[in-house]
Amino acid sequence: MAEHTSTANAWPANPADLIPQGRKRLGWGLLAAATLGLLAIIVVQILYKTEMSTIGFDTWRPVIYAYILWGAALGAWQVLTRGEDGQRALFLLPALLFTIAMVIFPTLFGFYIALTDWNLSSFAGRRFNGLDNFWQMLADPYYRNALFNMVLYVLAVLVEYVIAFGLALLLNAQIKARKFFRVVFLLPLMLSPVAVSWMVGKSLMEYRFGPAATLARHLGWDNPAFFSDPITARISIMMLDAWTFIPFMMIMLLAGLQAMSREVLEAARVDGATAWQTFWQVTFPLMLPVSVTAVILRIIFKLKLADIIITLTSGGPGGATDSVSSFIYREYRDRSNVGYGTMLAMAYLVIIVVFVTWLLKFASRFVRNVN
Amino acid sequence: MRVDLYEKLMRAGASRRDVLKGAASMAAIAAASGAGLGALTRPAAADDSLRAKILQIPGVGKGQPTDADFQKVGELCLEATKANVKEGEFAGVELTFMGLNNQNLHNVLFRGFLKPWEAYTGAKISWIDLAQADYNARLQQSIATGTVDFDIIEMGAPFEGDVCGKGLTSEMPDWVKKQIDFDDLVNYLKPPVGTWNGKQYRVTIDGDAHNFNYRTDVFSDSELAAAWKADSGDKAGLTEWGVPKTWQQVQAVTKFLKGKKFKGQDVYGYLDAPKPWGGFGFYFLGSRATAYAKHPDDKAWLFDADTMKPRVNNPAWVRAIQDVINALPSEPADQINADPNTTAFQQFLAGTGSMIPWWGDVGSNVKTNDSSVIGDVTGFSILPGSDDVYNSKTGKWDKLASGPNYAPNCAYLGWGVYVMARVDADEKKKKAAWSAAAHLGGKDLSIWTAMYPSGFQPYRNSHFNIPEWVAAGYDEAFITSYLKSEGDSYNHPNAAIEPRIPGIFQYYSAAEDILANTFAGKMKAQEGADAIAAAWEKLTDQIGRENQIKLYKASLGM
Repeated sequence: MAEHTSTANAWPANPADLIPQGRKRLGWGLLAAATLGLLAIIVVQILYKTEMSTIGFDTWRPVIYAYILWGAALGAWQVLTRGEDGQRALFLLPALLFTIAMVIFPTLFGFYIALTDWNLSSFAGRRFNGLDNFWQMLADPYYRNALFNMVLYVLAVLVEYVIAFGLALLLNAQIKARKFFRVVFLLPLMLSPVAVSWMVGKSLMEYRFGPAATLARHLGWDNPAFFSDPITARISIMMLDAWTFIPFMMIMLLAGLQAMSREVLEAARVDGATAWQTFWQVTFPLMLPVSVTAVILRIIFKLKLADIIITLTSGGPGGATDSVSSFIYREYRDRSNVGYGTMLAMAYLVIIVVFVTWLLKFASRFVRNVN
Repeated sequence: MRVDLYEKLMRAGASRRDVLKGAASMAAIAAASGAGLGALTRPAAADDSLRAKILQIPGVGKGQPTDADFQKVGELCLEATKANVKEGEFAGVELTFMGLNNQNLHNVLFRGFLKPWEAYTGAKISWIDLAQADYNARLQQSIATGTVDFDIIEMGAPFEGDVCGKGLTSEMPDWVKKQIDFDDLVNYLKPPVGTWNGKQYRVTIDGDAHNFNYRTDVFSDSELAAAWKADSGDKAGLTEWGVPKTWQQVQAVTKFLKGKKFKGQDVYGYLDAPKPWGGFGFYFLGSRATAYAKHPDDKAWLFDADTMKPRVNNPAWVRAIQDVINALPSEPADQINADPNTTAFQQFLAGTGSMIPWWGDVGSNVKTNDSSVIGDVTGFSILPGSDDVYNSKTGKWDKLASGPNYAPNCAYLGWGVYVMARVDADEKKKKAAWSAAAHLGGKDLSIWTAMYPSGFQPYRNSHFNIPEWVAAGYDEAFITSYLKSEGDSYNHPNAAIEPRIPGIFQYYSAAEDILANTFAGKMKAQEGADAIAAAWEKLTDQIGRENQIKLYKASLGM
């Protein structure tokens, strides 16, 4: 008992302290060897690829193998030096290493590419050119135009929200064939935007034979060209995109409405509130957290808008419908201008991160104040 | 009816309808033998040659050919391969072929053609199929990242600068030149096309030029003729109603037709394609510009050959851009959103518009495409000319003593099959790759691809033998007009030849964006042209001016 007490008293605060020093040294040695091996292979390969050395590999594949081995050594190091804690870390490590390899490294490499002059047809290949691409971007009227269009597209989300809320209220009401309508209203979301572009934009809205154009003629519009005039084209693109994604907002709002306590609504009715007062002073404020989530997610989707534009207008007429993504697509794919295209994409990424972070903060403050 | 008898009749050129034309016919057919069959056959049926045989697979006007037909044609055309390759000689060789799958053509046909070749030689081919839109990006990435993962590629001549210019292709062996009867190519597809630094790289399988497609019914209509006579507007020398011969007349006719009716429908004149189309849309401004910009005394027309200074903002090109701006209000209301695919396949074939420039696909589709309503009312010619032509050297407009200046736009120069240099290290593989390429570019096989839906147009002198087309089932007047427009474009002494320089589609794509703004009214013609020139100068510097100058001159044969 005394021995047990004495052992209990001597039990170290950190379980890792129980691990023999020899095992720890083995762990550290393994990690050091693997790290040195990885670094050596990277250096050898860089020297070989930059033609400063004749020793190296034809492809970068050995570096990936070395990275995987280093990952295994890292895991072993954790177990050898931290015991049970290290074993727990093993659950996290694969995901972490995968994220580093597939997200963090490509993003950092992307920032490097953005600082290079790299046209795939160039005989000189890739050349570091500092911030030249950035200055070019600031002076690029096409990029500015695309950014301006994005502001309009994002503002259109508010209109989409109003429609989606209306539809959600309708589908939440006691109407006939409610389940049928819920499925039907979800259908556009299941369609690929490219399919929507062809089926609706290039067929239904086709100037000569499209049913939508024919209907518009019957209604008195002589030349129902949906994509020829800047304002009409912009509105047409917004409508097509809205048609696809309103169901997404609608289903989120509907879920919110269904989760709402009926007692609150009944209490409002007992207190003599009109339908509008019930909606505006009870339903809407209670739905704000869901609404904010739906709007923010929709804005994130909207910021990626490209496929409908690429398929239908190629950004025209005169850049009126161009989005940042569709412009980058042309710059990168049609013109093989990798360096500049990457700079545009990276700048857009930064703008999105800053904007969405601000939006989240603003939204949480807004919800807090209202409630 | 016995199947073998039915098949014999079909081979002899009778259509299924002929065969099933009632009891009397049946009796006659049942009794038919030798001379009796002659009544049902067309002239070529008597010709037992290989070409006549393959041209009846499946028979012009007898539906879309299938994979079984491609294989049959490939099998029948194997003799040329057998002369150079022993059976099973390439056993164990594996090749990768990268090409397009547009409209289920190109690679889809190649697979069928090469199946019998694989069976005979023992080689095996893996396929990389690409949509047209993905082609450029995939190719450029392979080149830039040093990951060329294919042994054979189907490629257009404009990419030769990017690929051959970087030493990525294998030089054509002499035996291939002989097998494909290289001398049979039409002149404009002979070197320098397909060559780089004097070395031959390409097995040509297609010819490309923009011809002029017009509606014969519109231009022979008496009511329109009377209205034209009564019209007091500028007629640009077109005194009698008829097909315009110059761009000035095209403009006058397009403006005249605005608001007119033909057979109860709105009738339109020329159809422009202002919407960007991955760089390919620029060719359509090019077709309007060549007659103004390509002077007979100067091979260059897009850049100054010595400096690569763009000519796209000279008065000739600006006039072409201004023509589009002036014509658009007289074209259909949604024309600003029309790309070349729309103008050809959704408008012209469907009966909208009476004039468009296009590659030969329009001609090969008017009678075979299900959506075409103009099969019997389409005529063809080379692109219109111009009363005057801009002389870049003097900076003045010249009026030629010979009359209007014509300069057909030999846009894209057709598809070819190229073998990559990576096979050079292995003689057996190299021979196999070239043998496959030669099979696809074979003389006999080529007449079949020119005649049936394949994505390829005539490109050999032997393709212009009209009786052969008529024997296969084509209408003589139609095919004569079509082939003449193609042949006259290819062989024109003042043809505007595609500059095969690296990154050419980047130049075109950059121009398309600026043109879209110009056509939408955001810039004046000269401003737009200047902006294109500035973008092109930047691109030239980025890609490497000295090299571009050298390669541009080489591509023009200077």
